[in-house]
Amino acid sequence: MSSRPSKTAPLFWLLFSGGGTASALLLPAMLFITGVAVAAGWMSDDELLAFIKNPLTRLALVGLVFLFLFHWAHRFRYALVDLGLSRIGTQAWLFYGTALAGTIVAGLGALRL
Amino acid sequence: MTPEINRPLPRSWWLRKPAYFKFMIREMTSVAVLAYSLLIIWALWAAADAQSFSTFYDFLRSPLSIGLHAVVFGLAFYHTITWIALTPKVMVEWRGDERVDPDLIAWNIWLVFVLVTVIVLVLVLA
Repeated sequence: MSSRPSKTAPLFWLLFSGGGTASALLLPAMLFITGVAVAAGWMSDDELLAFIKNPLTRLALVGLVFLFLFHWAHRFRYALVDLGLSRIGTQAWLFYGTALAGTIVAGLGALRL
Repeated sequence: MTPEINRPLPRSWWLRKPAYFKFMIREMTSVAVLAYSLLIIWALWAAADAQSFSTFYDFLRSPLSIGLHAVVFGLAFYHTITWIALTPKVMVEWRGDERVDPDLIAWNIWLVFVLVTVIVLVLVLA
């Protein structure tokens, strides 16, 4: 661990907390949609497809993937450190890099539609 | 430094007390957040053509997906509970010289949660 204050740490903490709030407020409803409404057939394949293709939905989904993945990256890597796996947990680039890559993949998928 | 002081914590420390276990589950709810992000990415890529979308839609209707949704829901809702409980501890509000009751802040966030949930469900399903 470096003794100098990190310049990027506040940014990652902000994304962690933004993603934490977004997922705390939205995930139960989203899980209900895909896990209950779609699974029970209340939302047909055409309805779900039209919903995903809506530009506003696509924008929201990419934004959520961005926040969700950076929330995971931050929390999970510190949990690994707490579990004694600090060799992996301190490789910040691995986790934030995965989050960034996932956001780019989501963005490309949304742009392709 | 004596060996006693430098004694490393065993990997299983989080299984020793219910409070430690709950802490670790709370941190591991982030894996549920990751899992749902992957589902969203799949949805965005699958929507490009009929064949892939049909695979995606069939998966959502499968027992495997329903089972995974149940597990992820448990973790996600535990995250909601713990996140709302923690927020007033991080966000200390003052009204004049008086500290705003942390429980009041938490209950207000629960109200926001209910409103957001209703709005999302109405927007998407209605």
